[in-house]
Amino acid sequence: MASLDPQEKPLRPWALLSPALTAILLLLVIPVCFIAVYSFWLRTATGADIAGFHLDNWAEVLGDAFYRDILGFTIWIAFATTVICALVGYIPAYFIAMTQFRHKAYLLLLLMLPFWISYIIRTMSWINILGTSGVVNVGLQWLGLTDEPIQMLYNQWTVIIGLVHFLLPFMILNVYVSLYAIDRNLIDAARSLGSTPWQAFTEVTLPLSLPGLAAGSLLCFVLAAGTYITPLVLGGPTDAMFANLVFDAIITQLNWPLGSALSLVLLALLGVLVAVYNRFAGMGQIAKSFG
Amino acid sequence: MPSGWSLIRLGTILVYLFMFAPVAVVVLLSFNSSQFGSFPMEGVSFRWFVELWNNDAIVRAFQTSLVLGALTSVISTTLGVLGSLAMVRYSFPGKNLIATALIAPILVPEVVLAVALLLFLGALGQPKSFVLLLAGHVIFTLPFVVLVVQARLVGVRREYEEAAMSLGAGPVQTFFQVTLPLILPAVLAGGLFAFTISFDDITGTLFWKPGGVETVPTQIFAMLRNSISPEINALGTVMIVMTVALPLLGAAAARRLSRGRGGG
Repeated sequence: MASLDPQEKPLRPWALLSPALTAILLLLVIPVCFIAVYSFWLRTATGADIAGFHLDNWAEVLGDAFYRDILGFTIWIAFATTVICALVGYIPAYFIAMTQFRHKAYLLLLLMLPFWISYIIRTMSWINILGTSGVVNVGLQWLGLTDEPIQMLYNQWTVIIGLVHFLLPFMILNVYVSLYAIDRNLIDAARSLGSTPWQAFTEVTLPLSLPGLAAGSLLCFVLAAGTYITPLVLGGPTDAMFANLVFDAIITQLNWPLGSALSLVLLALLGVLVAVYNRFAGMGQIAKSFG
Repeated sequence: MPSGWSLIRLGTILVYLFMFAPVAVVVLLSFNSSQFGSFPMEGVSFRWFVELWNNDAIVRAFQTSLVLGALTSVISTTLGVLGSLAMVRYSFPGKNLIATALIAPILVPEVVLAVALLLFLGALGQPKSFVLLLAGHVIFTLPFVVLVVQARLVGVRREYEEAAMSLGAGPVQTFFQVTLPLILPAVLAGGLFAFTISFDDITGTLFWKPGGVETVPTQIFAMLRNSISPEINALGTVMIVMTVALPLLGAAAARRLSRGRGGG
């Protein structure tokens, strides 16, 4: 008993934490600080770095309309994905939370399955559906509605479909968690006081589920805005998102200082969102869905 | 129930269809005997699975992914369980900050995490290597392990540990003989989670992997560059079976374990 008392062993929690904290410090905190410094260096044509305080990368990233347009496009894609996830995801979350269905545990389990199915496979699976020899085109031709396959893939909408497919479980789970916690008596009370089912929903259920909706939206937006795989697999040549720029700068052009500056822009954008969310809601809401 | 309810039910069914139909099509097409990975199905065959087995690049990618996933899982779970014990069992100054630090790797976009780690180790003169890949996977999976293990750990009562200690067991003995068996389901869940995330990861892996090394997801990605083939669908089916069946088996095993011990 005595040794579990924090007063007696003040160092023990730190000993337990030290491996994890060391890893986070060495592999995350210091590297992020490093790229902040690195973004002011210059990469010469010969591939050597010039250390120092040069604003060239930042001038390029912040001044060039090319980067600004892609940043705007990225925000648009992430926003559209989040809104669709919220609208589409609310329905099953509501159903699972409110249903008397005996096997609702299985519905929840099914909801967890996509987390375990590889992202790349779920993304590429849409080629089987929407590709020129995919399910939809073969179906349309078989019905005689079209003579030739329609090119449905490789545009911003297929990027959005792929992202919604990937992120929907995050939204449903978060909304479900907050809907499930609502005291049913509140809804019954609203009904018995004369409100219609729709009024009871908009004035009681919906406001009480906002924390889950906000947590799900944050996850969807942040994960959507940071992706570069989905645009590469399901997007066309003009559908590059901001993370694609980062990937190109680092892996293709090997311009590491420029890539650093680009990553920091993405980090700043999403970091502000996370910080605002944390200020108003706190991270505990997101942790709940792991329980 | 109002008629609105039947609309909600219909909507739910449609959303589930949207989530699972594409995956079902992948599995279905992987048994297609036709040369092209598309409809119409010409017949059922296992030829694409045989071809996977004979494809050296794919077998190597599988080995890499399995080794990487296993090592990631062991390291990440060890760090995560120790950290979670500190977070759940002790109170100390600065705990909120530490809690944020422990989940920081998922608050930072994965692309940024990937770039920072790659460039930092690059500046230290470390070329891309398997160790870099492993370090990246460990740091990226750590928060998930911490969240899962913490959530389970809260439910494990500490009276057992206190009893063991008051009967004279040392802290290490208590941990291995009392705490660890009690939290084993949490440890297994965390380990399995870390393995699956590592096994599936592509965003960071494409940055970190050394030239010539492929994991299963990067191998699929490279094959997609040409066109979608029945082989990709077969590979997808194998991965789906692995990542879905494994956790389900694990969950069943964990439940049996905890039931056998009457707690947890």
